[in-house]
Amino acid sequence: MEWLTDPLTYSFMQRGMAASVIVGVLCAVIGCYVVLRGMAFLGDAMAHAILPGIAIAYLLKGDLLIGALIAAIIVALAIGFLSRQGTIKEDTAIGILFAGALAFGVALISTIKTYAVDLSHILFGNVLGVSENDLLMTAALAVLVLATIVALFKEFLVVSFDPVLAATIRLPAERLRMLLLILLALTVVVSLQTVGVGLVAAMLVTPAATAYLLTRRLAPMMFTSAAIGAFSSIAGLYASFYINVASGAAVVLIATLIFLIAFLFAPARGVVWQFIRAHRRIRA
Amino acid sequence: MTQLPALPAHLEIENITIAYNGTPILRDVSFRIPHGTRVAVVGPNGAGKSTLFKALVGLLPLRAGRVLVHGLPLGHHLDCVAYVPQREEVDWHFPVTVADVVMMGRYGQLGWLRRPGKRDHAAVARALEQMNIASLGHQPIGELSGGQQQRVFLARALAQEPHVLLMDEPFTGVDVTTQDATLELLDQLRAQNVTVMVSTHDLNLAATRFDQVLLLNRRVVAFGLPKTVFTTENVSEAFGTRVMYLNGVAVVDDCCPHDELLGI
Repeated sequence: MEWLTDPLTYSFMQRGMAASVIVGVLCAVIGCYVVLRGMAFLGDAMAHAILPGIAIAYLLKGDLLIGALIAAIIVALAIGFLSRQGTIKEDTAIGILFAGALAFGVALISTIKTYAVDLSHILFGNVLGVSENDLLMTAALAVLVLATIVALFKEFLVVSFDPVLAATIRLPAERLRMLLLILLALTVVVSLQTVGVGLVAAMLVTPAATAYLLTRRLAPMMFTSAAIGAFSSIAGLYASFYINVASGAAVVLIATLIFLIAFLFAPARGVVWQFIRAHRRIRA
Repeated sequence: MTQLPALPAHLEIENITIAYNGTPILRDVSFRIPHGTRVAVVGPNGAGKSTLFKALVGLLPLRAGRVLVHGLPLGHHLDCVAYVPQREEVDWHFPVTVADVVMMGRYGQLGWLRRPGKRDHAAVARALEQMNIASLGHQPIGELSGGQQQRVFLARALAQEPHVLLMDEPFTGVDVTTQDATLELLDQLRAQNVTVMVSTHDLNLAATRFDQVLLLNRRVVAFGLPKTVFTTENVSEAFGTRVMYLNGVAVVDDCCPHDELLGI
């Protein structure tokens, strides 16, 4: 058992582990809506589009997390606004915004001397550099987002599943959609430290997609997804500790592996069982 | 067909115009429906039947005119109007069970931040029982047959306890059992004084099973008792060249959604 406890003797590993688990759970839960509402591209775009916020905060010597937070909210509102107008298609609007903001962020960061190191931390996360303060902020934001999702569970469910019913019972669908975008933005910001801009999308989509294959109701899907997210985060950090690979990448690879197993062997929906059933039918 | 008593109109549509993406779909529509009446909404594809329903639930804004339920503007009572969508409009892969969907019918009365209570669970159980799908409560909606899917949404509308119920093409692409269950439900709702509007391609059903018929084609062509609405003149005006007469019976060559042809 020592190999399990050894890494945790370092306080930076403890903090990294705690932050990873929080992010793993948070991404996995909100990821259920990302998967069910087809917002995967949006989540990815949002992650890239907050880069300028981080760069500006860095240049002004402010808190990077706050910079990211402000940028994320602006981006969420901008995407919501652009895609509501209907003059250009939603994915086009997102694509333009995301590429432009990313370029702006890279341009700003390239003016910083030590930019190679900082940029790689932003892109791929630096879970071992999580400070006491970062951890508190991560936990606080996670509680805020998760509490909102729990409190508005039935409202988000109806708006996602049946917009017509939502309109019938006078739910403010547009505002709920905006709120979901903002929650997504907060999640992305919180994830920067551990998995980085480049891999947030995977943490949003992969555990939720796996849970979708394994469950048949939204609440169990969220719990299963959260468990997969937490497990991937823990296993990924151990992997990165012992075989010395980038932690964010290790986390995402493990989540991907779990997805593949579920995709092949999930009860009833797994590809393997479907193949066997089809084969039997042909022979029968 | 007996003459309807002169009850106060409970659903009043006054000169409404509804546009979709800037193009008006329905112009200057007016009619009044006494409470507890069953109205069939008939017209060719693209006549604006679904558009009318979506405006009545508040999903599409009114360009002009107003909708009054119990003499008050739309949105005044939260749960007055329930809507049963066409099956193609529903995401059947969404991870919800039959009971989950029916419970959504209670959300409007529940309001923000409240969890379903005993009364809500009882209403859901009653609605499932009434539509004969009590045994399917825990099934995911994606694993149901077409007729069962339809009954889930009828059960949800029942759980909503509406005063006005709108059904979009409930007879399209369903088995005979479901069609009968739907018609039976119409009778029960009539006893409860629920006003029902049903859009359908089945002119025969519209003429025989409904109190009134609303014939639409981008505007109101005719509205009233089936025998006064289904005149040669009105039907040709609504359906144009797609109507043919065989021994005094109007035959409408109205292209229906593909699965209606398959029947089942």
